[in-house]
Amino acid sequence: MSSILKINNINKIFINNNGSDKAVLQNVNFEVEENEFIVVFGPGQCGKTTLLNIIAGLEKQSSGQVFIKDKLVEKAGPDRAVVFQNIQLFPWLTALKNVEYSMKIRGFSKEEYHSEAMKYLELVGLKGFENSYPIKLSGGMKQRVGIARAYCTKPDVMLMDEPFGALDAQTRYLMQDEVLRICNTEKRTIVFITNNIEEALYLADRIVVMSDCPSTVKEVVKIDLTHPRDRTDSEFLRLRKEISAMVNRKR
Amino acid sequence: MKNRLSDNKYKMIAFINIVVVITVWYLLSEVFQVFRNGMLPGPNVILETFISKLNSKSPDGNTLLVHIVSSLTVVITGYIIGVVIGLPTGIFMAWYRPIDYLVRPVFDFLRCIPGLAWIPVITVWLGIDLKAKAAIIFVNVFVGTVVNVYSGIKQTDQVKIWVAQIFGASHFEILKRVALPSALPYIFTGLKVSLGMAWLGIIAAELLAAQSGLGYMIQVARNFGRADLVIVGMLTIGLIGAFLTYLLEKVEHIFVKGRN
Ligand SMILES: Nc1ncnc2c1ncn2[C@@H]1O[C@H](COP(=O)(O)OP(=O)(O)OP(=O)(O)O)[C@@H](O)[C@H]1O
Ligand SMILES: [Mg+2]
Repeated sequence: MSSILKINNINKIFINNNGSDKAVLQNVNFEVEENEFIVVFGPGQCGKTTLLNIIAGLEKQSSGQVFIKDKLVEKAGPDRAVVFQNIQLFPWLTALKNVEYSMKIRGFSKEEYHSEAMKYLELVGLKGFENSYPIKLSGGMKQRVGIARAYCTKPDVMLMDEPFGALDAQTRYLMQDEVLRICNTEKRTIVFITNNIEEALYLADRIVVMSDCPSTVKEVVKIDLTHPRDRTDSEFLRLRKEISAMVNRKR
Repeated sequence: MKNRLSDNKYKMIAFINIVVVITVWYLLSEVFQVFRNGMLPGPNVILETFISKLNSKSPDGNTLLVHIVSSLTVVITGYIIGVVIGLPTGIFMAWYRPIDYLVRPVFDFLRCIPGLAWIPVITVWLGIDLKAKAAIIFVNVFVGTVVNVYSGIKQTDQVKIWVAQIFGASHFEILKRVALPSALPYIFTGLKVSLGMAWLGIIAAELLAAQSGLGYMIQVARNFGRADLVIVGMLTIGLIGAFLTYLLEKVEHIFVKGRN
């Protein structure tokens, strides 16, 4: 296996409003294999979004490099599609147009992007809602549109920033199953961010455990449980306890 | 269903409101006669004056319709030119930094001059014909349009811009497909505010210098002590303003989709 994404010694220091430095990421290193489902798990406000934005090329690291397929990442591009923390659909476009948008801008022909968008809306289970505006969609449905929009560009890596953080528990479980189903239908490499250990264990091939601020990789844990996973299984619970203990804040 | 009901309720309340206002007005003016004779004509008198002014040219030399057309021509000419020039100015200032740096200092200074303060200098330059009056409207509308478009575009959500960047959109494409649509509600608010400014400008301009128009009609009526005709003029301006705003809102509904 070859690694498709390399995070090499990333540091990020923000300058606060009062001029003082704030180190958010410190020597972050890990690699992602092709078609792997990686979950980055860390406490709130530890710099997960910052890390994801750096991988996406939307924010500049203070030092270190990101390589995608051995190419240095310098700016944002469709090979690293992002599903953002608060979705960010365009409210003035219908679900279908939101998905089409990502292909339209890349110069696909109209027939092409239309049929692709329809296909991916169906894949995420939104057939029949093509012409709804985001304001009429529930939180879970909006996330599905966001996933379809990122998925249809066939990115090398899908970056997902706590996509289900704002959903109620029931919908969250449902969407976790959905994301696994979608990933099995069409294999993709995924970097999925969460601060929910149960979610991490349910989805991940490997979990990158981050420490509190300034954040660094505490450990990378391989999860060998078979799918579908049982959240009450004894091994599941043991891992849950073990990983939770790693990030327990000493304050 | 529930929305329709409350919509109807709102219409009911609005209707009752109008009836109450007109009744109180009638009682004050006609029944109790709180003002000296003729200074506050009742609603019935106003209606009579309105109808007779449709045919009568006294005291200002034109019928009501001629005044309306005269004012409306000026307002619409100045408004359209102001919007057509103001929109791109605001858009490009907000989106392209060099243009912003180049134009903003001048603009920020000019906007501190109240629109009405331009009237004397414009009448000196251009006289008092359509051209001059349209220029006065233009100044009022242009400034308001630029300010609103500018701040609307500046408020574009950074993450929405990122979404477009990820998919490889160019700076111009992001303007066209992200910044502009997300600024559209602000733009329409600006257009509506500017419409108010346009009417403000025309009335002021016609009070100072004109031979026709609703502002001119009001001015002459005032000199003749015709309170009834002054009020007819005011109500006409209000009704036309409300109608134009209504038209703009219809256009807004066509263009602004998927938002509350
Ligand atoms: N542009 C910025 N300037 C200064 N500080 C910033 C900036 N962006 C983020 N931060 C700070 O960096 C820290 C990490 O932020 P980040 O959003 O990456 O964390 P997170 O782990 O994604 O948080 P959450 O769990 O809330 O999503 C926070 O303390 C935040 O205040
Ligand atoms: Mg975050």
